[in-house]
Amino acid sequence: MNVQELNDILHNGLWKQNTGVVQLLGLCPLLAVSNSVVNAVSLGLATTLVMALSGAAISPIRNFVPNEIRIPVYILIIAVLVTVVQYAMNAYMYGLYVVLGIFIPLIVTNCIVLARIEAFAGKNPVLPAAVDGLAMGLGLTAVLAILGGMREIVGHGTLFGGLDLALGDMAKGWVITVIPDYHGFLLAILPPGAFIGLGLLIAGKNWLTLRAEQKARAQSIAAPQTSAA
Amino acid sequence: MKQLTRATLKTALNLLVFAVIGTAILAATFNLTHSRIAQSEQAEKLKLINQVVPESLYDNELIKDTLVIPASEQLGTEQDSVAYRGRLKGQPAVVVLEVIAPDGYSGKISMIVAINHAGAVTGVRVVTHKETPGLGDYIDFAKNKWISLFGGASHERYKEDDWKVRKDGGQFDYMAGATITPRAVVKAVHKALHYFEDNRDKLFAVSAPAVESTGQTEGASKQKAGAQ
Repeated sequence: MNVQELNDILHNGLWKQNTGVVQLLGLCPLLAVSNSVVNAVSLGLATTLVMALSGAAISPIRNFVPNEIRIPVYILIIAVLVTVVQYAMNAYMYGLYVVLGIFIPLIVTNCIVLARIEAFAGKNPVLPAAVDGLAMGLGLTAVLAILGGMREIVGHGTLFGGLDLALGDMAKGWVITVIPDYHGFLLAILPPGAFIGLGLLIAGKNWLTLRAEQKARAQSIAAPQTSAA
Repeated sequence: MKQLTRATLKTALNLLVFAVIGTAILAATFNLTHSRIAQSEQAEKLKLINQVVPESLYDNELIKDTLVIPASEQLGTEQDSVAYRGRLKGQPAVVVLEVIAPDGYSGKISMIVAINHAGAVTGVRVVTHKETPGLGDYIDFAKNKWISLFGGASHERYKEDDWKVRKDGGQFDYMAGATITPRAVVKAVHKALHYFEDNRDKLFAVSAPAVESTGQTEGASKQKAGAQ
């Protein structure tokens, strides 16, 4: 795998084909846990881990799996990996495990994991497959983090609430109160807040992409003129 | 035809091999982590018990003074559970019961309920739940102080009909957006209080068999209900 390939995979995962705001896959956890930064990032990282691992696990066996049963086999492998991650979190990050609750097993049904395996890991060697899973997962985590931050500020008036659940008691004082004496805005915390926030993020991403395209076009038109002059 | 059968068999075998490998990995991970998971849960439970029982209420080693309670419909338990008993100068003072609310929004909510000898709840904490984050999870003390509503709750303070959320005409507050969760918790705490009142002496008894007979009579009454 050369540097160009690596760059393409990373660029695809983090920006161009971002799962959260472009592919719009895996919205179930996106809408459910993005009510605070800590929840959003924790589940995002757990999903990233599962995506990277499943990419790396499925890529080497892709030639041994008969085409007709590839989906059940993929799902089986994803389910095994998710359960391993779940056991590990239950054992070593108990507080966080309690918070994320049912959303960890739900990673199995997150269609983005299967989609990347079908589209990428099932056709590529191990290293690119793992990097693709990692990049896609990190792209999703970034969107979750921004959405979680927006909803937490608007809904609770704080940032990083509940960080102690992930990092232990020492993080208890790390909560940032953005708006003091805030009474909360329930809409942002409830699922509609996730839809509205995600809509804004998609609009923002589209606007940035459009502006970049216009700039590029303006430059390509301007360039010949300057050379002629 | 023969070829088709062979191809099918081969595919089935292939799937079987992956299933066996997957199961083996899971079994290994379970073996590696389950004692650690049990430890984490135990440590968490101890922390919780200290939250529901003020230390001034007992002077014995509450954690070691345990009583195994058989599965009970009133406690919502389907397996044996453990009660921790606190005594002050040898006198029965407080008991910590493991209670399960079976009807949460997303399944069972397991809690501990501490009740003093006079029949007043000293505290309730949720141990594990799967309620929706941001909606029903305010029953978790780490998220919200809602559950401290139960501090001091007894049949002297609240009448039989008061043990409901306000929406249903009771005395317990709840939060907009999630009513099913607090409803389940209030109901479970109330039932646990009834269990305590029915079994007060047996719960504090030093020998265990007395409580087991309660389980039998309960089973018997259930059979009777079934016969009707």
